[in-house]
Amino acid sequence: MNVELIGIRKTFGPVTANDNIHLRILSGTIQGILGENGAGKSTLMKVLSGFIQADQGLILLDGKEVKIHSPADAIHYGVGMLHQDPLDFPPMKVIENFIAGSPGKIIPNAKEVIARFNELQRQFDFTLDPQAHVDRLTVGERQQLEILRLLWLGAQVLILDEPTTGISALQKLKLFETLRKLAAQGKTIIFVSHKLEDVEQLCHRVAVLRRGQLVGEATPPYRIDELVQMMFGKVVSFGGRESYKPGEMALELKDVSIEDYRMRIGPVSLQARKREVIGLAGMEGSGQLLFLRACTGLIRPTAGRMLVNGKDLTGKGYHTFLKNGVVYMPASRMEEGLVPGCSLMEHFVLARDQGGFFVDWEGAQKIAQEQIAGYNIHGRPDSTVESLSGGNQQRTLLALMRTPASLILMEHPTRGLDIESTLYIWSLLKERCSNQGSAILFISSDLDEILQYSDRILVFFAGRVSPPLDAASTTVDQLGQLIGGRGWDAF
Amino acid sequence: MQRNKFQWTNIAFQLGAVALALGFTTLVLILADAPPLEAYKNLFVGSFGSIKKFTDVLVAWAPLMLATTGLLVTFTAGLWNIGIEGQITLGAIFTTGVLRVLQDSSAPPTLILTLAILSGMVGGALWAALVGALKTFGGVNEIFGGLGMNFVATALTLWLIFGPWKRPGIGSMSGTEPFPEALWLPQITSLRLSIWSVVIAVAALICIYILLKGTYFGLRLKAVGRNMRSSFILGIPTWQYMMASFLVCGALAGLAGAIQVTAVYHRLIPSISSGYGFLGLLVAMLVNFQALWTLPVALFFAALNIGSIQLPIVLKLDSSLSGVLQGALVLSVIIMEGVRQRFLKAARERS
Repeated sequence: MNVELIGIRKTFGPVTANDNIHLRILSGTIQGILGENGAGKSTLMKVLSGFIQADQGLILLDGKEVKIHSPADAIHYGVGMLHQDPLDFPPMKVIENFIAGSPGKIIPNAKEVIARFNELQRQFDFTLDPQAHVDRLTVGERQQLEILRLLWLGAQVLILDEPTTGISALQKLKLFETLRKLAAQGKTIIFVSHKLEDVEQLCHRVAVLRRGQLVGEATPPYRIDELVQMMFGKVVSFGGRESYKPGEMALELKDVSIEDYRMRIGPVSLQARKREVIGLAGMEGSGQLLFLRACTGLIRPTAGRMLVNGKDLTGKGYHTFLKNGVVYMPASRMEEGLVPGCSLMEHFVLARDQGGFFVDWEGAQKIAQEQIAGYNIHGRPDSTVESLSGGNQQRTLLALMRTPASLILMEHPTRGLDIESTLYIWSLLKERCSNQGSAILFISSDLDEILQYSDRILVFFAGRVSPPLDAASTTVDQLGQLIGGRGWDAF
Repeated sequence: MQRNKFQWTNIAFQLGAVALALGFTTLVLILADAPPLEAYKNLFVGSFGSIKKFTDVLVAWAPLMLATTGLLVTFTAGLWNIGIEGQITLGAIFTTGVLRVLQDSSAPPTLILTLAILSGMVGGALWAALVGALKTFGGVNEIFGGLGMNFVATALTLWLIFGPWKRPGIGSMSGTEPFPEALWLPQITSLRLSIWSVVIAVAALICIYILLKGTYFGLRLKAVGRNMRSSFILGIPTWQYMMASFLVCGALAGLAGAIQVTAVYHRLIPSISSGYGFLGLLVAMLVNFQALWTLPVALFFAALNIGSIQLPIVLKLDSSLSGVLQGALVLSVIIMEGVRQRFLKAARERS
């Protein structure tokens, strides 16, 4: 299906999110939409998929003008959108999710639907169990389910919003393969991302947005420096790697084993020293999350000893770890990190244990303003956290981490941030390392980030943990192989 | 200017909600073949028509306020303390118990009353703590736990009235033997109102307002109520805070029960809570976390309750009309709030 957007304009109060955007996407194309946070990508896609209505402009599908008032409208016209956070029903089964939202009979014929489901997923080599519960699936698998559901509903145009965040390298390969197949079938794929390498690998065409305007389009072979310049208006580059000066022991694990219903990890031994950054790499669900959460005290290890700053905290709870300077930043911002309905200022008060009975609101206002400026958060002290954009929520989470911290544990510290914000965040983290002597352990699915910022790397594969690798002498290729389960015999 | 405009629309929507509730109640009255204006007039005259009637309203207002302020605390923590009726009842039982034990002693009445009221607070807090413990350690939702505990509290009251605490001779639904006047909270001459109950209710409101607005406790409680998981990660001991909110609410409910015994009925009667717990839930929902609004709204609800007492006599209408109006008001406010949100969203998108 050919998609044509003509003169799309959308404002939110004083902000112009989309400014007179013209874009033509032909059937069978994988169209990349590139831009940093707040460039207007999501707004444009929400207009096309019916979540919001444009102030001005036309949408043409196969040359016919359509008015899309709701997502149901959109799917009726054949436009389906895959959101960054999958919109499914986690407590329900895969097949129930598949059926839900589809028009038709009151009592669905489960057997027939399962057969159709399996037939559909075979086309793309997906192996989802129709009877599995969605909350047991990885983000990548939930994405697969959502793709199948949209196709079943008759989607001819598939919009994917940052689909490669939070999924493993292998799942990404499979996703790309699937998208290429769909394009070959004549479907239109719109791929929204801020990851250059993804766009470079996959897209037939790229449109770049900056500050609500379409600043340019490109076709392969792409010149990365050109795209970066279009995105940011100036060229940014990663800084050089610095060698660290390790200090005393911050975290020591002695033969620690961790278990949950799926997996058994360890025994692992590790010594993390002050000022050291350790990256945890692996496909999602390989055990790195379990490992990190055990280091926070949220999960109790089944065997072994854990020492923080030389103090034995084995079997103690999360709050004891916190009191001993272990700071944790979860990945799901609104579920585990922030409190919807509370303002930025209230968050800063909550995160600081000042003691006393009464809150000093004037002092809190000052602290909030300092933090907002220091972490470059776009918001006011009285803004509620749910009114902030994803990137700003992420920076708020970072600002909420207590100081001083001897150990900082993070899940995906820069997920959803653009390159400039990522650089900025890491400069703050590095500063914490050198000034306060914090050790950092972080999970990331971005291999470049792992290699760029870690001193040592632990690779996880199906519950196995590699010995610490020296980041300076490790290549992306080596890392990719280990993550994919090859080369483990050497250890 | 912009802010001002939104404030006016807010007031317009609130007035709209009141109009909706009145409209619905009027419809009910017309269907019941009763003259609506006459009924409203009687409601008003019955509650504000004389000093005597107005002080009667305050008699009902004080325990209702205490229950509502307590509920503000549990609401802030995201908890539905349905068990508040039982907590009021237990407050009344504990107060009565202490008064019975000490009434023949030589201790000064002020001391006896103080002890009785304090133990009423303890009783209410204990009953709430049971609900909290059931939730925290037993995984029983506080709504079901509270409902169950309400029945137990009612049964306990009846057993006491007809059993160990029955009147000399034979127990009756009229309650236990009334206490001597020395053990009443002092009343204004020739009126039923004790100024002390008003003072206690206002003091409770001020304390809770400060607790929720100005303290770490209040802020942490709010965070726990909005997102328990995030609060835990931020370092708040979540279940302890939920338990604390039950204790505070239970103590205030117990205080309401103590007031019912020492200032209103001067004995234990079967329905000692007068339904102020459930009515308090309505008030708390209506004021939507804004503590100061409880004062006028609780006053209005108490006035409806008192004003409706004379409806059966004058108009042959059932006094439950006040309940219809109260329920309709809560529903219409919630509906109008939903409409207002939509309106604001549309306005934002236009601008």
